[in-house]
Amino acid sequence: MENKLCIENVSKVFLEKNATVTALQNTSFCVAESEFVTILGPSGCGKSTILRIIAGLEEASSGRVLLDGKEIKEPGKDRGMVFQAYTLFPWLTVEENIAFGLNVAGRSRSDQQDAVKFYIERIGLKGFEKAYPRKLSGGMKQRVAIARALANDPEVLLMDEPFGALDAQTRSVMQELLLSVWDESHKTILFVTHDVEEAVFIGDTIYVMTARPGKIKARIAVDLPTKRTYDLKLTEQFLTIKRDVLELIREEAWKAANANLPEG
Amino acid sequence: MILLATQKWATAKAEIARPLYWSLAAAAFVLLLLVWSVLTYGGHVPPLFLPAPDEIVRAAGLLFGEFDLMQDIYASVLRVTSGFLLAAVIGVPLGIMMGSLKVCEAFFEPFLGFIRYMPASAFIPLFILWLGIGETEKIAVIFFGTFFQMTLMVMDVTKNVSQELIDTSYTLGVSKRSVFWRIILPASLPGIVDTLRITFGWAWTYLVVAEIVAASSGLGYMIMQSQRFLKTSHIIVGILVIGVIGIIIDLLFKWLYGRLFPWMGKGGAA
Repeated sequence: MENKLCIENVSKVFLEKNATVTALQNTSFCVAESEFVTILGPSGCGKSTILRIIAGLEEASSGRVLLDGKEIKEPGKDRGMVFQAYTLFPWLTVEENIAFGLNVAGRSRSDQQDAVKFYIERIGLKGFEKAYPRKLSGGMKQRVAIARALANDPEVLLMDEPFGALDAQTRSVMQELLLSVWDESHKTILFVTHDVEEAVFIGDTIYVMTARPGKIKARIAVDLPTKRTYDLKLTEQFLTIKRDVLELIREEAWKAANANLPEG
Repeated sequence: MILLATQKWATAKAEIARPLYWSLAAAAFVLLLLVWSVLTYGGHVPPLFLPAPDEIVRAAGLLFGEFDLMQDIYASVLRVTSGFLLAAVIGVPLGIMMGSLKVCEAFFEPFLGFIRYMPASAFIPLFILWLGIGETEKIAVIFFGTFFQMTLMVMDVTKNVSQELIDTSYTLGVSKRSVFWRIILPASLPGIVDTLRITFGWAWTYLVVAEIVAASSGLGYMIMQSQRFLKTSHIIVGILVIGVIGIIIDLLFKWLYGRLFPWMGKGGAA
């Protein structure tokens, strides 16, 4: 498979109260076309920073990011993003939110309507087309946010702990929903999470990150069937992978927890 | 205390029934009328200081009938609206620019903050010197009284637009230029309309000040004239008329708010 996205020696240094903080250190990896990659790391390891740099929302201090061989300099619709915070535009209805990107691109009304119809069905929100985001639950909002990003047909979909604010049951349902949507489009996805089970369940490949300063600690190819449902989480095969990943991340989580202690 | 705490209405932020809400609102006005009646009909206050309610009604009839109070209302509404609209036409776009671009904020904010504390009424002698004693001077007072606060408030509203919404729009293909009308404007519009509602109220408070000097019409002028002839009832009618106009405008803004921003949920501006 061809490399879709390459992160080359990317570092990120922040200036914080006259002290420099290295959030990300010489990070390199590549993502293949149609690959579903999860990035797993303890809090504050710079995993969100990677996504923001790829999205073009933040500049790397050094290194570069290549999408289809071209260097990324600023945000663009070829890299869609779903955030942990609810970011639906509150003044637009569900269908207007989903069609937003196409509207910005000046696509025809019928194109927009087709996309809305397609995704409303996929995310199971029929009957909510005219509703404003205020009326939706957290899970519904994130479904619309995913639909909005996908309707814009990006080359890469970046997901920054999109289910982080949801309760465990909703989160589990959303993971399956995401997989079913992905199964049809096979977008290249980078999914950041701190939840080990989530990382194993939805990813083809897991990158485990170290505590700050963050860098890639391990790459794990998840050897599980492509069609995944919740009962997979109870199989021996799944639990073995989960245990391995847990082992890797535990050490880093301790480091992160202790590093955070003095600051409170 | 225990009894009080178990009551639903004593719970912080708890909703109460609509009829109860409106009954309480009406009760405040009834209470005012009651205290007023006791003071005047009871003979506790001389009529020169505070005329009785029926005296006010009679004065209102006289003012509207023979003294053409509508003419004064019209003149005042025109002045307030002109000064206010002028302030809004400049202040709203400026406030949006200041709230979104740091260079605009750096240039204007300290400057506006400096002038904001200067009382508009103290500028009246200067305005007369510069603009004469015509309509322009009166509109200038109202403009001066509202423009600076309004601009700074709009700036704050715009600054509060979530960075996440802006970031999201960039990842959906919005350009750095169109983010103004795609995101910043719609996101801050409810706050802007609310700011206009509040500052329009302030514009009215500057009216009397503007009409004290060299006016020959308007509610402020009428009130000042009544003072010279010790017509206490006329003063009170003038003040009440301004109050009623205020309530009407406030309701209009709230209605407009509900119509313009169904996505905010009802009562967003209340």
